[in-house]
Amino acid sequence: MKTIIRNGRVIDQKNRIDGVMDVFIASGKIAALGTEPPHGFQADREIDATNLIICPGLVDLSARLREPGLEYKATLESEMGAAVAGGVTSLACAPDTDPVLDEPGLVEMLKHRARSLNQAHVYPIGALTRGLKGEWLTEMAELRDAGCVAFSQSDKPLPNTRVMMQAMQYASTFGFGVWLRPQDVYLADGGVAHDGEVATRLGLPAVPVCAETVALSNIILMAKETGAKVHLCRISSAEGVAMIRAARQQGLSITCDVAANHVHLSEMDIGFFDSNCHLVPPLRSLGDRDALRAGLLDDTIDAICSDHAPVDDDAKLLPFAEAEAGATGLELLLPLTLKWAAEMKIPLSAALSRITSGPARILGVEAGHLSPGADADLCIFDPAQYWRVDAAALKSQGKNTPFLGMELEGRVKYTLVSGLVVHEG
Amino acid sequence: MTDVGIMSNNPQLNKNGLLQHLLTTEGLPAPILLNILDTAESFVGVTERDVKKVPLLRGKSIFNLFFEPSTRTRTTFEIAAKRLSADVVNLNIAVSSQSKGETLLDTVDNLSAMHADMFVVRHSQSGAAHLIARHMRPEIHVINAGDGRHAHPTQALLDVFTIRRYKSDFRNLRVAIVGDILHSRVARSQIHALTTLGVPEVRVIAPKTLLPTKVERLGVHVYHEMTQGLKDVDVLMMLRLQNERMLSARLPSTEEYFKYYGLTQEKLALAKHDAIVLHPGPMNRGVEIDSAVADGKQSVILPQVTFGIAVRMAVMSILAGN
Amino acid sequence: MQLPDAEQLLANLIAQVRDDLASSTAIVGIHTGGVWLAERLHQDLGLSLPLGTLDVSFYRDDFGQIGLHPQIRPSDIPFKVEGSHIILVDDVLYTGRTIRAAINELFDYGRPASIRLAALVDRGDRELPIAAQYVGKVLDLPSDKMLALEKNVEGKLSLSLYDRRRDNE
Repeated sequence: MKTIIRNGRVIDQKNRIDGVMDVFIASGKIAALGTEPPHGFQADREIDATNLIICPGLVDLSARLREPGLEYKATLESEMGAAVAGGVTSLACAPDTDPVLDEPGLVEMLKHRARSLNQAHVYPIGALTRGLKGEWLTEMAELRDAGCVAFSQSDKPLPNTRVMMQAMQYASTFGFGVWLRPQDVYLADGGVAHDGEVATRLGLPAVPVCAETVALSNIILMAKETGAKVHLCRISSAEGVAMIRAARQQGLSITCDVAANHVHLSEMDIGFFDSNCHLVPPLRSLGDRDALRAGLLDDTIDAICSDHAPVDDDAKLLPFAEAEAGATGLELLLPLTLKWAAEMKIPLSAALSRITSGPARILGVEAGHLSPGADADLCIFDPAQYWRVDAAALKSQGKNTPFLGMELEGRVKYTLVSGLVVHEG
Repeated sequence: MTDVGIMSNNPQLNKNGLLQHLLTTEGLPAPILLNILDTAESFVGVTERDVKKVPLLRGKSIFNLFFEPSTRTRTTFEIAAKRLSADVVNLNIAVSSQSKGETLLDTVDNLSAMHADMFVVRHSQSGAAHLIARHMRPEIHVINAGDGRHAHPTQALLDVFTIRRYKSDFRNLRVAIVGDILHSRVARSQIHALTTLGVPEVRVIAPKTLLPTKVERLGVHVYHEMTQGLKDVDVLMMLRLQNERMLSARLPSTEEYFKYYGLTQEKLALAKHDAIVLHPGPMNRGVEIDSAVADGKQSVILPQVTFGIAVRMAVMSILAGN
Repeated sequence: MQLPDAEQLLANLIAQVRDDLASSTAIVGIHTGGVWLAERLHQDLGLSLPLGTLDVSFYRDDFGQIGLHPQIRPSDIPFKVEGSHIILVDDVLYTGRTIRAAINELFDYGRPASIRLAALVDRGDRELPIAAQYVGKVLDLPSDKMLALEKNVEGKLSLSLYDRRRDNE
């Protein structure tokens, strides 16, 4: 099968490419970029990408597919469909399924199920501790052999610092990545909104910024001590960004990501108890949001992720604190990144790297670029098309997002995985 | 998105700008608050007659939906509704359907199918009344009788009604709210009502563990000591200290709290000589207030209860007519 | 249309009422115009029982259509209604619905020995079986007109005619 994608604007930050050209695909790989086809190239399919942008398929560091165990919220089929509809061709999925991804058999099953769907590449993140209970380490090496690319506690607490330290030591023995969302369990206990003006006004139990920074300080100190490859998930505060920036300047090789919602929203968006804005970590102040944007600009923050967490309607139609946290995100990752780029007036190539090559590097997988010979995972989108975020427009089973009812710019037209068109919009 | 904001439309007002629901005192224009207070004045007269009843809401059904037990508040709403000739149904949901797994909105749907005209809602979660109001058919009215830590607008309205009865003009008052501001829906609603009605200086007095972050953004002056905070105050609004606060690490003991923040005659003497003392009840005597003050001549705590019925009658009749 | 002088009509009304006074007669005015008239009656007749005022908003039969009146004044009946002889005073007697509401409200204060009605103008077109015992003048007016009593800064009363869509009755 050979495909030619004609006349699109190809953007590949890693290879410093930004220009209108054709993309030639053969046997699932990128054969060539440019105007001249490789010798003897006979296309079976031709895609006209005039006025469209061709970029590497998006890489998402956090997508909850809700399998196994939580199929009432979403299924692997629905969420894999949502991924490619959003241009996502590689995704990491969190271990907070039911049962938890803490046994090789479960990981193999998930990999197998995902592979049979023939859509995005799925990279499971294994549980760092058994049952995510924060007490005993999982069989990390076995889990790696089964397909896990890193280990995390997801949103579950790890209050015992000794267990955290030993988990880092053990993981670093094998060079495994440890992904942690910094949150002090006691300081965050019961909180559902940023400890600021809005929580005070609405009387919502609050999560102070120090819930993030105290935990962050522990993690940074232990990463330094153990030499573990630590990735920090879902940074939410200005102070947190500053601490990571400082740690990096001291030469510590930690990476971090931010959720797309947090790049745009603040506590103010909760309005009158909009449970779609009940997110973890909480949306913080406008100052925090601006610091996150600045952190992305100066490379303190490596990646934007969708933090995709589909929630069924019933679980959102509850008073704010009782509503389940999370938002659907796979289909909003691209438009929200484009929105950030437009608002900050930064080049598209730099913006797209935060959802392609940046996260691919953290994941440690061959993705996020269009080098000849690489897997032909592509996202082809219309940067000027507006679309309305509503239940009908979303493939994900979760229709919950703070952007519900809003118009966003940038719509995926084609998604290719290993050279095959898996989505046409 | 943050720049645009979604705060623009007030969920309490209908398309004609009239009060559709009473969910919070925040964001309500002063004329609406004053209209409630003025209407309540007329109901005070009604409650003093031999026949303490008017036929205004004859045939209307008012459902008291209490997801959190509260005999006092429920009773005052019930009396108010009955004095307006409405039919009142009391439901303590805490012990019925919620334990069977029915969701909040299922419960409300079921009840509105029984042709309710108005819901009076008490819930332990902030925002519950907003959720129900948003979900309702437009002809149904919702009164928030207390949601979590968020709001308790009828309590705040009866408080400002009481203040107006004893102090003629809001615009030259100094008011102090004392106690657990952090967990208090009453305090939040009082602050918004007082500032909207033009009280130039609202103070909050509490230890730092009982004050929410950035409380000064609500338009209040923050004090941590009674000696300074009560100086030259016209009105003292005491808050109830919930017993469970003692179990957390917010306070060391009720004895220490009473010593530093409990209202005694001695501390009351720091305020103006004609200052009045309010308390939403039920009181913890010897914790936030001394019996000598609670029963003293500056206390208006019992009149508050009387006025509470008139204020709730006013709110119910204004909503039912809009 | 030439409207009669309200002060003249009031004098007329006072003369009628004076003939019927007893020691236990009480005067009750209905807000707003009725209260102005009742104040004058009370003063000129030198009654011993204090003046009563009624705002019938809580007893109106059109609450379901138009809601609560935006400006309600407290009703004030500062004498014992039980066994009293009451003269109810209103400015314009028309459909009779306001009087119905006022009578109902009075009965919630007690059982009067009698109620009589004094109206400055009776414009007919009754919708309820109600009649006034004392009338300043009977006037025939088109149904799209609203007759209103007004009081100037010196306290002088006058009548004005408005189109009915002016809904500030």
